[in-house]
Amino acid sequence: MSKEIKVDYLARVEGEGALDIKLKDGKVESLQLGIFEPPRFFEAFLVGRSYLEVPDITARICGICPVAYQMSSARALEKIVGISVPEDVKIVRRLLYLGEWIESHALHVYMLHAPDFLGYESALEMAKDHADLVKAALRLKRWGNRIMEILGGRSVHPVSPRVGGFHRCPKKDELEPLLSEISDVKKTAMDAIDWAARLDFPSLRRDVEYVALRHNKEYAIVEGKIRSTAGIDAPEEDFSKLFLEGQVPYSTALRYSIGGSKPYVVGPQARVNVNHDRLAPEVQDRAKEAGVSFPIENPYMSIIARVLEVAHSVLEAEEIIREYKQPRAPHVNGKPRAGEGAAITEAPRGMLFHRYILDEKGIVKKANIVPPTAQNQTSMELDLLELAPSLARMTTEKATLLCEQTVRNYDPCISCSAHFLKLHLVSE
Amino acid sequence: MSQARRPKVAVFKFSSCDGCQLQILNAEEDLLELANQVEVSYFMEATRRALPGPYDVSFVEGSVSAPEEEERIKEIRQNSKILVAIGACATAGGIQALRNWSDVEHFKRIVYPNPDWITALKTATPISAHVKVDLELKGCPINKDQFLYVTAQLLRGKTPYVPTYSVCLECKARGTPCVVVTKNIPCLGPVTMAGCGALCPFYGRGCYGCFGPADDPNAKGLIDYFLSQGIDRGEVLRLLRMFTGYSEKFRKAVEEYE
Repeated sequence: MSKEIKVDYLARVEGEGALDIKLKDGKVESLQLGIFEPPRFFEAFLVGRSYLEVPDITARICGICPVAYQMSSARALEKIVGISVPEDVKIVRRLLYLGEWIESHALHVYMLHAPDFLGYESALEMAKDHADLVKAALRLKRWGNRIMEILGGRSVHPVSPRVGGFHRCPKKDELEPLLSEISDVKKTAMDAIDWAARLDFPSLRRDVEYVALRHNKEYAIVEGKIRSTAGIDAPEEDFSKLFLEGQVPYSTALRYSIGGSKPYVVGPQARVNVNHDRLAPEVQDRAKEAGVSFPIENPYMSIIARVLEVAHSVLEAEEIIREYKQPRAPHVNGKPRAGEGAAITEAPRGMLFHRYILDEKGIVKKANIVPPTAQNQTSMELDLLELAPSLARMTTEKATLLCEQTVRNYDPCISCSAHFLKLHLVSE
Repeated sequence: MSQARRPKVAVFKFSSCDGCQLQILNAEEDLLELANQVEVSYFMEATRRALPGPYDVSFVEGSVSAPEEEERIKEIRQNSKILVAIGACATAGGIQALRNWSDVEHFKRIVYPNPDWITALKTATPISAHVKVDLELKGCPINKDQFLYVTAQLLRGKTPYVPTYSVCLECKARGTPCVVVTKNIPCLGPVTMAGCGALCPFYGRGCYGCFGPADDPNAKGLIDYFLSQGIDRGEVLRLLRMFTGYSEKFRKAVEEYE
């Protein structure tokens, strides 16, 4: 008995991807998670641009997580031009990044992923029966967007972030309006933990190494060391040594693996597994009450990891806003010089690595960018392979929905990843 | 409204970052209201439901940069009563149009270990280079309020008014001191189309032209002015060759200096 599960255009993901799985007698005959998003060649046209232009340009890799691109590139470049960003500016960066996490996660949890769990084709459809959920989504997303608009000018491709800090940091009273609805926002974010924990999760378990940044005090976002659940503990500069880019003969994929062989997972699930002790205590308590235990190993439960991070982000953002003092200077200037710098920040979807080489005038000679979705690609395929025996027993329609949901567990950002890889996998 | 057939609206993506589609999703409550009045027939970022055309209004994000996109945009045009290009990619080629001054084969070799497997057009071009476009919404990203206004007008059968004057007027309206005059910062505000609300100067920096050329811009005059003020030539020319650098008016101005 053979069956084909074919999705020509994956919906509710960022970018353009397709899925084709051929099953025969309960076994996978071939599996293709294809990306047809055209490459845009960022790493090529960054060459020749001034280091000061880079964060504005890399933001355009992804409209959903522009701040992540701005932050990874700014931090990598600051290492070269000798900038140490003062604490009062760092905290503004962190607040902006929290805004992006809230906005991006709320979009994925409620509008892209929830319809899978509840059986709808979209949040627009879901809104008819679950107005409360859509209201929650909008409340959280709007609050995250609002943070980004105040700090950055706009939520998609904010204009204020730059190498060395910001073009402008807001005055205290500009942030105050965010506190006017804070009790509703907090309640919505905390209640979401109970809601997500009660969803029905298909079962799936693989042996996975989770990798995330780890910070000695904070829940790591803007900086930290590379840490994994299987013992990696290394500075961010070691990224390229630890995670090797590889190719297999039957695929055009650039894939990333630990030491060239072991796949790994980055993103919210990896982060809570590595850093759950750094989540706000209220969030840890609420998770415990809701019956969530760590590590979270079922990839469908990544939705729980996202709501935990939203709740943490809301609480931390409130604290930053309450204690905010406008920095003395919005940014620090650097001195162009030849050199190399690398940095990782935690994009909503996981570790985002940037490395640059500049000439003595501060012009880019080489750029290397590894987005989270490229790192998770192999794991998406392995999850699908693991599912295969149960897919064979389902109707094609049901199997297709489950496969789509499985890919959406990773909140894949194909727009980001496609600029760096072209995947056409056929497993024999 | 309830008796009449609801207009079919579609959103398509070409080579882009998804940011303009996200601006549509960012319209939030207004989007839900809009969704009640129209049939969202195709919007892959938001829903897996895909209805066949013809569509009353199609919004197209992204530029044409791959061979299959050249074909797809023609089909979409045939299937759409009104076609609106949204954002800097769809209206000017976007940042990926920087390849247009280079050799795409060379670009492939920089990014991919196995460049032969990659298919890409030599250029990334706006939608209007391929099919007739009824309306263009500028910006990197588009302004969501402008999107809602334009959509509402189109659905009412009216012609939307989109300002074509420069960012300078928005700065004046907002009361932002001119960054060129007060800080000698190169700013594309005088030659860039309004629509963003003059964000960059408010944040203390120069406009980088993401809404593309305003009506009848004197880009050459502006370049000459910045050069006369001692601003680095490379910096000035690169500023014009950014997100909307491939628009005819910015392109020609820069090419005069090369």
